[in-house]
Amino acid sequence: MDNNTLVGLAGILASAAPVVFAAIGETITERAGITNLSINGLILLTAMAGFATSVTTGSLLLGFLVGALIGAFVSLIVAFSSIALKQSQVAVGFVLALMSRDLSYFLGNPYMGLSGPRVPSLPIPVLADIPVVGVLFFRQDILVYSSYILIAVAYIFVFKTRPGLMLQGIGEQPATAYVRGANVNRLRYIYTIIGGALVGLAGPMYSLSVKVGWKGTITGLDGIGWIALAITIFGGWNPLRAAFGAYLFVLLQWLGLVLQPSLPNIPSQVLQVAPFPLMILTLLLVNLGNSEWVDRTLAGLPEEVRRLIAKVLRAMRTTPPAALGIPFENE
Amino acid sequence: MNVELVHIHKSFGVVHANNDISISIKSGVIQGILGENGAGKSTLMKVLSGFIQADSGDILLDGKAVRINTPSDAIRHGIGMLHQDPLDFPPMKIVDNMLIGHDGGLFPNRREVSKSLKELQAQFGFNLDPETYVDSLTVGERQQLEILRLLWLGARVLILDEPTTGISASQKEKLFETLKKLAEQGMVIIFVSHKLEDVEGLCHKIAVFRQGSLVGETAPPYNTDNLVEMMFGKVISLDEKTRLENCEPAMEISNLSIEDNRIQIRNANLTVNCGEVIGLAGMEGSGQRQFLRALAGLMRPVGGDLRLSGKRLTGKPYHSFQDAGISYVPASRMEEGLIPGLSITEHFILSEDQSGFFIDREKAVTISRERINTFNIKGEPVTRVEALSGGNQQRALLAMLRTPLRLLLLEHPTRGLDIESSIWIWSQLKDRCKQKTCIVFISADLEEVLHYSDRILVFYNGKVSQPLDAAATTVDQLGQLIGGKGFQC
Ligand SMILES: Nc1ncnc2c1ncn2[C@@H]1O[C@H](COP(=O)(O)OP(=O)(O)OP(=O)(O)O)[C@@H](O)[C@H]1O
Ligand SMILES: [Mg+2]
Repeated sequence: MDNNTLVGLAGILASAAPVVFAAIGETITERAGITNLSINGLILLTAMAGFATSVTTGSLLLGFLVGALIGAFVSLIVAFSSIALKQSQVAVGFVLALMSRDLSYFLGNPYMGLSGPRVPSLPIPVLADIPVVGVLFFRQDILVYSSYILIAVAYIFVFKTRPGLMLQGIGEQPATAYVRGANVNRLRYIYTIIGGALVGLAGPMYSLSVKVGWKGTITGLDGIGWIALAITIFGGWNPLRAAFGAYLFVLLQWLGLVLQPSLPNIPSQVLQVAPFPLMILTLLLVNLGNSEWVDRTLAGLPEEVRRLIAKVLRAMRTTPPAALGIPFENE
Repeated sequence: MNVELVHIHKSFGVVHANNDISISIKSGVIQGILGENGAGKSTLMKVLSGFIQADSGDILLDGKAVRINTPSDAIRHGIGMLHQDPLDFPPMKIVDNMLIGHDGGLFPNRREVSKSLKELQAQFGFNLDPETYVDSLTVGERQQLEILRLLWLGARVLILDEPTTGISASQKEKLFETLKKLAEQGMVIIFVSHKLEDVEGLCHKIAVFRQGSLVGETAPPYNTDNLVEMMFGKVISLDEKTRLENCEPAMEISNLSIEDNRIQIRNANLTVNCGEVIGLAGMEGSGQRQFLRALAGLMRPVGGDLRLSGKRLTGKPYHSFQDAGISYVPASRMEEGLIPGLSITEHFILSEDQSGFFIDREKAVTISRERINTFNIKGEPVTRVEALSGGNQQRALLAMLRTPLRLLLLEHPTRGLDIESSIWIWSQLKDRCKQKTCIVFISADLEEVLHYSDRILVFYNGKVSQPLDAAATTVDQLGQLIGGKGFQC
C-alpha cells in the first residue's frame, strides 16, 4: 500500500471519530427506549459553541466541556418531554433539531471565519513506528484514540456488564425490567443524558479538529446528525456495528473526493452528496429481509438457494429495541 | 415460610376488588385460588407480590409484618410471581435473561450462572440450553425458565396466576410435578386458575373468591358442584353438546398453501358447511394460526383457492373478506381486538357502518347500553376497555360483531374466562350457527375443541390432518395426534 493511500485511510479514521461518537451516543439513548431526533441540530450547535468557547477562553478542554453540557441539556429536554410530559419524541426531537441548527447559525455569526485552536496530533511512542499500523492508527490526536476507547467501552458495557444488560432490558421490555427492580424512567433520563453528552462532543470534534473553525451555513455539518441516526439503525443498536457504519460512511465521502479528478463528467456536488443516499440505500438493503414481498419472491426459488439467502438476510437485518419510543408507566 | 394476609382491602375507584381478605398458608402447602372473572384473585396476588399496594391490611411472613412496595421488595422477601404472559426478555439469551435484575458486581460471571441453572434444572428434569434465545422457547419452556429464575433468586413463595393456559398437556404434567416437589421442600405455592380439574388435582386447599370477598375455603375431598356454587352463587350445569343440521357448503378451501418464515402449509383442503363449527387443534405454532389468518384475509396464501359461497376471495384485500361476511376475533384482545383508551361506546361506534359524518352520541350511548345489557358486560358505556376484566373484554368483542355473518373466525375464544362466561360465550356462538354462520376456531383446550366442534383439524408442524368427526374422537386420540403420533396427511 503506498503512503498516500495509507495517509488517506488514516484520515478516514480521524474524520469518522465524531460520527462514531454521535452514532454510539444515539445507540445508547435508543437502547434505553428513547429516540433523540435532535442530534443533527445538536452537532451544529455544539460545534459552534465549542469553537466559540475555545476561541474566547483559549482552552480546548472548555470547548469540549461546553459541547457535552449542551448535548446533555438538549437531550434532557427530549427525555423530560417524553417521560414526564408524555409528548411525542419525534415531534419534540424534530423541533429541537431545527431550532438548534438555526440557533447555531444565528449565535455563531460573530465567530464566523475566526481562526481558533486545534487539537494537536499526538503520536503514541513506539506504537506509532510500527509499519502500516502505526501510520494508520497511532499517529492521530487524542480524539481519535478516545473514539477507539469509546467503541470498546460502549460495546463491553452494553453486552458484558450487569447495568448494560439492564439497559437492554428497559428498552426491550420495560415492564419486565421494572419487575426485576429497575427504576425505568430514571435510567431512561440517565442514558438519554449520557447519549446526548456523547453527541455533544461530536460538534467540537469537528470544529476543533476535523474541520477546524466555524463557517456558518457552509460549515458542511448539516446532515451528519441524520446520517448518525441512520447509522444507529444500520448498526442494529450495537456499538461495534454502529462504528463500522460510521467508517463506511466516511469512506464513501472520501471516495467521493478521491474519485472526483478522475470523473470530470460528474458534477462535484453529486460526489459530495452521494454518500448520504448511498448510506440510506445500505440501510434499506440491510433490512430487506423484513419485507413481506421479499419473503414471497423468495418462495419461488429452489429450496437451498432460498435457505441461503434467507440466512444472509436474517444475519444482516436489525430489529429495534421493542419499546423504542414507547413511554413507560407502571400500573 | 408461612404466609398470612390479614384484612386486605383494595379498591379501584368504585370497584372494591379485595374486600377484607384474610388467608393463611402454612409452609409446604399448595393453595388453590378459584373465582369468577373479576373476583379479585389477581389483585390479591399483585398485592402480595408488590405490584400494587393494599389500601389497608397486613402481610405477615413467618408471623412478622413486612412492607412490600415493589416486585423487587417481594423477591427480596422470597416471594416470586409467575405471570400469565411470561415477563422476560424475548430477544436475549437465557443466561442474560437470568442476569437482569440479579445483584452482583459489574461483570457477571455467565459461566457460573449457566452452571447453577443446569444444577437447578437437573432437580426438575427441565432441559433448557442457557445459550439459546428466549424467543425460541415455547410458552411452557418460558414458564419453566421463570420458575428456575425465581428459585435461583431464592424464592420461598411461588405465585402462579393462570399458568396452564398456553402450555401443552405434557408440560402441564411436568409443571405440576415440579410444584409438588417444591411444596415437599417446604415452599408455599399459590395457584390461581379457572380450570377446576387442575386446581382439584393439585391443591391441598382451595379458597374461593366472589366479587372481591373470600367466600370460603375447602379441603379435599373436593366436590365440583359445591365449588362451582361457591364461585358463582348458583349451580351451573355444563351445556348439552348440540349438533345442528348442516346445510349447503359455505366456505371452500382448496389446495391452500401458506408460508411465512416459520411454517409452511401445503395443499390444505376443507369444505365448511354453513352452521358448522370446525375446531383447529395443535401445539402453539403448528400452523393453525396462519391457517386462520389466511381465511380471514390477513395473510396472503402462496397458492390455492378460497371461495365463500362460490365467490373467489383469494388475493383480495382484508376489507373484501369483511364485506363478504367474514369476521376475525384475535387472541390478543388488547392488541388487535380492542383499542386501549377508547370507551365501550366508542368501540360500538367504530364497529358500526357509519352513514353520517358526525357521531350521534346520544343514540350511540343508548345502543351501547342495550348491548351491555344483552351481553351482560360488567361496565358502563363510558368505561375504557382496558379497565374491563378479561371475560368482559371478550364479551365486548362479541357484542361488536356485525350481523349477519357468514364465517366467524376465533382464536382462543374462551382463554382466561371463567366457566360461566365460557358457557355463555358458546351459547352466543351456537346462536350464530343457527343463523347459518359457520365458525372456525383455535383452542389449546382439548375439552373445548371436542365439546363444541362438529369436525376437527389437527395441525402438526405445518401438516394438516383430515377432518376428524368430533363425536367419534377421544381426548387421548386428539392428544396423540397433536404430539405428532400417528400423523398422516
Ligand atoms: N388497574 C385497575 N384499574 C381499575 N380497575 C381494576 C384494575 N385492576 C383490576 N380492576 C378491577 O378489579 C376487579 C378485580 O380484578 P382482578 O383482576 O383481580 O380479577 P380476577 O379475579 O383476577 O379476574 P380474572 O379471572 O378475569 O383474571 C375487576 O372488577 C377489575 O375490573
Ligand atoms: Mg386475573
